Amino acid sequence: MTAAVAMPALSAHDLSVRDLSYAVRGKMLVDDVRFDVPAGTLTALIGPNGSGKSTLLRLMNGALTSSGEGAAVMLGGRDLLRLSRRERAKTVALVEQHSTTEFAVTVREVVALGRIPFRRWWTGPGDDRVIDDALRSAGADAWADRQVATLSGGERQRVTLARALAQQPRLLLLDEPTNHLDIAAQLDLFALLRDLIDRTRLTVVVALHDLSAALNDSDYVVVLSGGRVVASGAAPDAVDADLIRRVYGVEAAFVADPGSGRPVVIFRRLGDVGD
Amino acid sequence: MTSTRIRLPVPPASSVVEGAGESPMPAAPQASRHSARARGGLRITTYVAAAAALPASMLLAVGIGSTGIGIVDVWQTVVAHLAGTQSPLSPLRDGIVWDIRLTRVLTAAAVGAALAVSGAVMQALTRNVLADPYLLGLSSGASVGAVAALTLGVAIMPTVAAFLGALAALTLTLLLARSLGPISPSRTILAGITVSAFGVAVTSFLIFWNVQGDSYREVLNWLMGSLAGSGWTTVAVSWAVTAVIGIPLILGARVLDAFVFGDTAAASLGIHVTRARWIFLAAVALLTGVAVAVSGAIGFIGLVLPNAARLLAGFQHRLILPLCALTGATFMIWVDTAARTLFAPRELPVGIMTALVGAPIFALVLWRHRSRS
Repeated sequence: MTAAVAMPALSAHDLSVRDLSYAVRGKMLVDDVRFDVPAGTLTALIGPNGSGKSTLLRLMNGALTSSGEGAAVMLGGRDLLRLSRRERAKTVALVEQHSTTEFAVTVREVVALGRIPFRRWWTGPGDDRVIDDALRSAGADAWADRQVATLSGGERQRVTLARALAQQPRLLLLDEPTNHLDIAAQLDLFALLRDLIDRTRLTVVVALHDLSAALNDSDYVVVLSGGRVVASGAAPDAVDADLIRRVYGVEAAFVADPGSGRPVVIFRRLGDVGD
Repeated sequence: MTSTRIRLPVPPASSVVEGAGESPMPAAPQASRHSARARGGLRITTYVAAAAALPASMLLAVGIGSTGIGIVDVWQTVVAHLAGTQSPLSPLRDGIVWDIRLTRVLTAAAVGAALAVSGAVMQALTRNVLADPYLLGLSSGASVGAVAALTLGVAIMPTVAAFLGALAALTLTLLLARSLGPISPSRTILAGITVSAFGVAVTSFLIFWNVQGDSYREVLNWLMGSLAGSGWTTVAVSWAVTAVIGIPLILGARVLDAFVFGDTAAASLGIHVTRARWIFLAAVALLTGVAVAVSGAIGFIGLVLPNAARLLAGFQHRLILPLCALTGATFMIWVDTAARTLFAPRELPVGIMTALVGAPIFALVLWRHRSRS
């Protein structure tokens, strides 16, 4: 399937994902995924459960190893998959969906984990300034000395984000970060990501369930189905009702947001009487 | 000399009780910078106290026993032997200090350090604050190895055999835990208990089958632990392995911090997860192996001390592991001193003492984590 809307011309500094594949027991979870987006943008990765979003993110940061022949994740002219693990961890960071522990640990100690790729042997996390910056950027500085176990879901999400930012990445990957967040926290998260992108030209890829958020808050959309990219392009035009019917198996209607004029998606079950 | 003189430098029971209400719901949600600095000061005090307690405990514990010997005499004897001068004590008392009690105290220290560090590493790798080399079957696997080497005349050192046994038991436990479904603390413990029970049976059988005479005591010593067989050989072996394995573990301990949040998090932080896991697991198997080879299977040291150390030193393993080594060594010295003197002239297997202290603490840790696991 070709892109619904042509991607812009790319320079060597942009993100180019090539030929990522991953199979478990003969089943392709991610099948020859490729897409290109400009650096300093926010890309939404959408698709139903099991379409391979989480696996793709883990392939992109090297937590899983792609089985594809010419697999590459190009960023700033370098192939992240060919960097050493340590160098890669200084370039790309992943915010996981569930990142919890039963160990007693403070917020600052969690964020200090992001400095591990920069440390050797017995040295401490050092560089308090980077940790402070990461805490502030993620809006988690108010709870720096609290135990993580006492935080709410939204607060923990910010701590995990701060840990990722402490890696000082050029590419930030987030796996369904808005799950379990209330509406205000969801909006805050996107505002925060947008602010980071504006300040640091960070490149962000977010796996999302919420189509309206994907269309409204991101610059580009990549649609996955059955591990394959079935559409990609600039938001919001990359997705239409026909695509949603094919990928999600539901009817979709697009309504303009009276404020921004951008589309909001409304869903019905297939076969239900429409208007 | 008597039980009243024996004070445990680290009172694990009370520290866990203090922390019990703290972790799930602390009273003060917004800790200030002041408390962070206070904690830093507390941390340094803790290390100084732990580092001072170990040599002091060694000297004191050597003096305690059926023949009481003052700390000054003990000190002068040790100095005389190290300097090659005349010992101030009679040859008999000198032998008690230098060859019998000092070797036992030194072996106890290495065993305690090895087991406490093993526990802390196991807990990080399995993301399970209840993990312990004894509960996860390593100790009983190591016993099988050591006893097999001794009774069947296998031509390898008991220490090497114990290491192989510990490694095999660890692999079995982890495979069994994984086959039961997603790895969870309780599944890992159940798998460990299963492997452990089997190892205990094999160890007991090997001894009953091969040893003549008083095999009950022999079985008890392997299954409940005893430092009665200490000598300069056990000192050399246990200290060498503990130092050679323990020091690199402490130096590389930051990797363990990353494991606490799971494999994907560790990989995302630049760690070669599979390789690191096997290196750490092999190190734990070696540490447990040498501890079991010189003293049998002693439980709960690896559970109690890391949990106490975390309450005192926080989360970073580069700080926890040295504290575990120091307090584990000191703890073991005093528990063993109690085991050999409380009911003198009869000697308790030291594992009875550690279980009496450790099992209630295991229950406490379970209770602390009741809502989350």
